[in-house]
Amino acid sequence: MKRLPPLSGEWIDRKQPIAFTFEGQPFSGFAGDTISSALAANGQRIIGRSFKYHRPRGLLSVANHDSNAIMQVQHHGRTLPNVRADVTPLADGMRVTAVNTRGGLAKDSLHLLDRLSAFLPVGFYYKAFHSKRFFPRWERLFRNLAGLSELDLHSSRRRTPKAYAFTDVLVVGAGPSGLAAALSAADNGAQVMLVDENAGPGGSGLYARGGQDADARQTLQLMERVRQHPRIQVLCNTYAAGYYADHWVALITPTEMVKVRAASVVFAQGAFEQPAVFHNNDLPGILLASGAQRLLSRYAVAPCQRVLVLTANPQGYAAALDALEHGIEVAGIVDLRTAPGPASTQLAERLQARGVPVSTSAIIENARAGVDGCVRSVVVKTRGQDDVATAAGQTHEVDGVWMSVGFAPAHSLLLQAGARLQMESSVGQYVPSMLPAGIFSCGKVTGVYGFTSRLTDGTRVGEQAAAYVQRRAPKPRSTAGTPGMMEMPNHPYPIVAHAKGKNFIDFDEDLQLKDFANAVQEGFDSIELLKRYTTVGMGPSQGKHSNLNALRILAKLRSEAVGRVGAPTARPMFHPVPLSHLAGRSFSPERATQLAGAHEALGAVWMLAGQWKRPEYYAVAGLSRAAAIEQEVRAVREGAGLIDVGTLGKIEIHGPDAAEFLDRVYAGRYGTLTAGMTRYGLMLDESGVIIDDGVIARLADESFYFTTTTGNSASIYRELGRLATQWNLKVGLVNATGHYAAFNLAGPLSRRILARLTTVDLAQSSFPFLGLREGLVAGVPARLMRVGFVGELGYEIHVPVHSALHVWEALFAAGAAEAIRPFGVEAQRVLRLEKGHLIVGQDTDGLTDPLQAGCEWAIKMDKPFFIGQRSLRILQKMPKRQHLVGFRLTAPGTDLPQEGHLVLAGTEMAGRVTSVTRSPTLQAVIGLAMVTPAVATGTGFRIRIDGGREVDAIITPLPFYDAAGARQKLAEAP
Amino acid sequence: MPWRLLKFALKSKHPEPRMFTAHSELKESYDAVIIGGGGHGLAAAYYLARDHGITNVAVIEKDYLGGGNTARNTTIIRSNYLTPEGVRFYDESVRLWQDLSQDFDLNLFYSTRGHYTLAHTDSAVRTMRWRAEVNKHFGINSELVDAQAVQRALPMMDITCAGHAPILGALYHAPGAIARHDAVAWGYGRGADRRGVEIHQQTEVLGIETDASGSRVAGVLTNRGHIATRKVLCAVAGSTPRLLSMVGLESPISIHPLQAMVSEPVKPWLDPIIVSGSLHVYVSQTARGELVMGASLDPYELHSTRSTLDFAESLAAHMLDLFPFLSDVKVVRQWAGMADMTPDFAPIMGKTPIEGFYLDAGWGTWGFKATPVSGKTMSYTLANDRPHPLIEGFSLDRFRRYELTGEKGAASVGH
Ligand SMILES: Cc1cc2nc3c(=O)[nH]c(=O)nc-3n(C[C@H](O)[C@H](O)[C@H](O)COP(=O)(O)OP(=O)(O)OC[C@H]3O[C@@H](n4cnc5c(N)ncnc54)[C@H](O)[C@@H]3O)c2cc1C
Repeated sequence: MKRLPPLSGEWIDRKQPIAFTFEGQPFSGFAGDTISSALAANGQRIIGRSFKYHRPRGLLSVANHDSNAIMQVQHHGRTLPNVRADVTPLADGMRVTAVNTRGGLAKDSLHLLDRLSAFLPVGFYYKAFHSKRFFPRWERLFRNLAGLSELDLHSSRRRTPKAYAFTDVLVVGAGPSGLAAALSAADNGAQVMLVDENAGPGGSGLYARGGQDADARQTLQLMERVRQHPRIQVLCNTYAAGYYADHWVALITPTEMVKVRAASVVFAQGAFEQPAVFHNNDLPGILLASGAQRLLSRYAVAPCQRVLVLTANPQGYAAALDALEHGIEVAGIVDLRTAPGPASTQLAERLQARGVPVSTSAIIENARAGVDGCVRSVVVKTRGQDDVATAAGQTHEVDGVWMSVGFAPAHSLLLQAGARLQMESSVGQYVPSMLPAGIFSCGKVTGVYGFTSRLTDGTRVGEQAAAYVQRRAPKPRSTAGTPGMMEMPNHPYPIVAHAKGKNFIDFDEDLQLKDFANAVQEGFDSIELLKRYTTVGMGPSQGKHSNLNALRILAKLRSEAVGRVGAPTARPMFHPVPLSHLAGRSFSPERATQLAGAHEALGAVWMLAGQWKRPEYYAVAGLSRAAAIEQEVRAVREGAGLIDVGTLGKIEIHGPDAAEFLDRVYAGRYGTLTAGMTRYGLMLDESGVIIDDGVIARLADESFYFTTTTGNSASIYRELGRLATQWNLKVGLVNATGHYAAFNLAGPLSRRILARLTTVDLAQSSFPFLGLREGLVAGVPARLMRVGFVGELGYEIHVPVHSALHVWEALFAAGAAEAIRPFGVEAQRVLRLEKGHLIVGQDTDGLTDPLQAGCEWAIKMDKPFFIGQRSLRILQKMPKRQHLVGFRLTAPGTDLPQEGHLVLAGTEMAGRVTSVTRSPTLQAVIGLAMVTPAVATGTGFRIRIDGGREVDAIITPLPFYDAAGARQKLAEAP
Repeated sequence: MPWRLLKFALKSKHPEPRMFTAHSELKESYDAVIIGGGGHGLAAAYYLARDHGITNVAVIEKDYLGGGNTARNTTIIRSNYLTPEGVRFYDESVRLWQDLSQDFDLNLFYSTRGHYTLAHTDSAVRTMRWRAEVNKHFGINSELVDAQAVQRALPMMDITCAGHAPILGALYHAPGAIARHDAVAWGYGRGADRRGVEIHQQTEVLGIETDASGSRVAGVLTNRGHIATRKVLCAVAGSTPRLLSMVGLESPISIHPLQAMVSEPVKPWLDPIIVSGSLHVYVSQTARGELVMGASLDPYELHSTRSTLDFAESLAAHMLDLFPFLSDVKVVRQWAGMADMTPDFAPIMGKTPIEGFYLDAGWGTWGFKATPVSGKTMSYTLANDRPHPLIEGFSLDRFRRYELTGEKGAASVGH
């Protein structure tokens, strides 16, 4: 191979040389080269080893439709795995190596597997290696043999941006028909986005020249008009990876993912050229004709010096003319057909005039490698019955074979969009038979191949797409989609059997013709079973060069038409997409209250509660975690403590039906709650299971303010909104979680401290337990609620968030004399456990109802309805499956039970510990356990702790602390 | 190289017979008809023939064998469940799995890898400890390990998860395994076929007939004709609501899509299976080198197997939180299945109010691992007309009795 003299329109910039290495050897290329084109320009014909047999492989599609050109690249300190050399721009300093070789590309010791191929037929790994004893060893071997690139486990995360885009018409594919469609849509007033996976637009309009320039000139003119059009945006190096519901398309650029919502989408992605199948069709030097044309016209690289063109369509003849044009000798044309069509015949005359022999009804029976492992000669024979060759053959010495025997339309995105396909016999391919609203297609993907026909087709479809967007009828046309060139581009069976096999269908997976016959013989005779057994189409190129031939072989083996055997399902991605593109920058919100800085200054040790950061406790120099928490607990029990509870969900509900609504969604009764009072609320699901709890406060006749647990606030607000709509009640819900800061000031001295700051009369007589008052705290409007979660006199103080810090600091200043202390989540857990209060989700699980949890007092069965009531009615009549009970360890040692440890009845499992703590107040180890009824009615049980040891617990009535509830109702300061 | 591969090189013709006989006609009647040629239906057929001598059986599959959820699943096999019923049942399945390749003489690539369920919150740690304790109680190899142990086992993992969800510990389950899903269906299919069971692909059940009283199964109507039978096993996963409506039964099953995706093959770097409930992600690496990745269920009901972009996006983001070095690894394909979800995340198995109509459903996101044990126990149930002791906790009428078998804590992301 060699670089040709400068060509007009080439994509490379010869003024910008680029140095890189391949397999450790220095190479050079130019800016604009891909890795593949640069390797070709340097005469590197073997570029990789095949997956299973480690056969040497060269360029095949030069379009990223095969995995021969998958490389590992080191660049800028990163190891890039599975790089697609066909489409990856060459960059200075790249160190490129082949993947999956042992000892390097040239000397790959695993090439021995090629000799062993007879032992390794399709599915061989299902047939052996499964003795229980040896499988693990075999598996290790297989795992090490499989896989392509190595990963660098130390490389850092790549953070890739994402963009959103909107357009009237998205055109995928900027070949001739896509360019025409884009122009026509834009000329008709639509905003157009035109994308193409190549470095530049033009597609086959530029590279498939047939030794002439007319089509290319016209393509360039279209490109120029597109470039200048104010309503067309062009994105190159960009592929549409997937089509998702409602015209939502993921575009992948080299640096980001662009998610487009298009009013209409035109698919003009053309067709993938398909390989012919003959013995040794995978030798380096044998490539698709379109691949060779791409190398020639884009990168000015001649892939060989003397070529034989194997064809069955005019495109192959055109490619031969291109070869001549660039000084490549054409050894001959081998046409599979008996009677080439008119277009081919015309081109053949031009070739013959230049001395190129053309043989028809001929096949390549096999190809042979030279010492360098690349193609050196081919044997051409007459095509006989049943696709086998007749005896006599003619050998051609060549260093290149170009295959042009047909195309598979690139319709996977169309299928994802919901299109239906049918076999169109005039072109021998599937074409869309039904397109969903707003989806259009044109060009080769619809079976239109002639250059001018593609332009007409694109123009027609572009106008239709614009009309769809503008909600008008498309303009009538005299000719609705002219048929393509009057010659079939596809040979129905470009496949030649050979006794020695090695006639490859799927180059990714090293699948040969006989593999298919064998799989069908074993009963895998439908396309999906065949695919799964042989793994055809499952490799990195996802069947782009193999599915069609697989279908043909299956159809032949089943003596059916190709159109009747179906096709594998099309799924995203069109080309593989890096995880970093999908992930984007990864937005993980972390929420903190306004007091985060204050907590930090107080020595907070943080914990995560859902998205929230909360102080678990406040570290004290010289004190252990446990001791610090104990101090916090004591402060609340003996003086005053302050905790930030601003993370609670806070919801306001207003309207004539507000009380009715709450009566339906909570198990308690709220219609009777007087304004200025609060009441505990339990929320259940339909089956009676507890899902949340909170405090409901009545602000006025038609207004309530209530809290939810921190973790559930968003989902409950959403669900309540849904229910309000479904029930059609006159209520308005306001999610006030972010509007209010909230603290709980708790402890026997809390009234004294608060009195110094508030306008509200705190006397027991005017502000009783469970009351709600509004007034000023530290000059800020506040809602005060007397709650009892931690079991002491206490006030939950809700203030607008912007005043949070002011009020928090004022409370600390006011309580300085009382040694007020901040306390964290952990101390609160201890305090509430002493008080016997459960935590939803910790002391309850996905099956716990209020009867089991001992919360009968919180449900009002005589209401007409609440969610879960029907189930509770049934459950009330049945024996309970489990009970929540309090316990205390009889002889607490150093090893404590932990939450999740099992409760035992004898040797039987009889429940679990849900909460446990060493209570500083009671000087005992106390806890809650969910146990069987038998255990609950007894006096005690054993708990199996770490290490399998068991400790004794006695069942203790709840609450553990202040059973009379006097502390939280404390009238005056002690 | 095993000797048995020699025959392939020495014989001129591929020396392997058909795995599944092609039957051109349906018979007029069968002793039992199994609807659904997924792993479960085929396993039931296999054990009916092998263990109970009932071979006059037809498996009716509307599409191709093993092409439903069996073909779409991410093949995680484990027994670290939460309820005694679940633990015993799945443990029996794991036991059956161990010998299956040898039983079938077909390599299922049953690969014991170890399984980590990561805990990022203290409430997750509590649940993991609970699961570990229940597992150990029933003799199952599970333990709660701390963050350092996780880091030692997986030095390449970012155990802070990019700083926003530090791992506090994990439930480690050594028997956790993966297997080649298609081969499982083929193994059971071939085994059933060899014992005389007829597998009819491309045959769809359109109706189920009952006798005059309406309470006893009499036959099955298909697109290829009518079959008389007195026993029908319904094992159709995502199509269960449709089939149940044919006999006028109701169940609390709702259908949600479950999606997954797979990367290009890379050299082996990940041995165990990693699951994170908080991050909604799980991953394993196949013998071919691909990373098979999944997440939790789509949150809404939908009878469709479409893929969504936001699934791929959020899964990718969470993958990179755990494994930042995968940034340049590419996803080749995504897909979805229809999961038949139950309210308590446990299956529905056994008899139904219609005599002769047996149900094997509610497999949601967790049913692949149960393929062997479901086949075993359902064949027993069919043959004896009484539920196998291992499945008594999974009966359809538990929902009426409010006796749910709560497995949500062990099955929501970890499939
Ligand atoms: C993405 C994904 C990942 C999963 N991951 C796991 C995992 O890691 N571990 C795990 O244990 N489980 C997993 N599962 C769940 C598991 O796949 C299923 O529970 C299991 O495969 C169910 O097997 P089955 O044989 O019951 O159903 P299927 O395999 O779905 O078989 C049912 C069959 O019934 C056929 N059928 C339906 N209607 C009719 C009719 N009218 N007539 C005839 N035939 C009919 C269908 O065509 C289908 O072939 C996952 C599922 C999905 C979708």
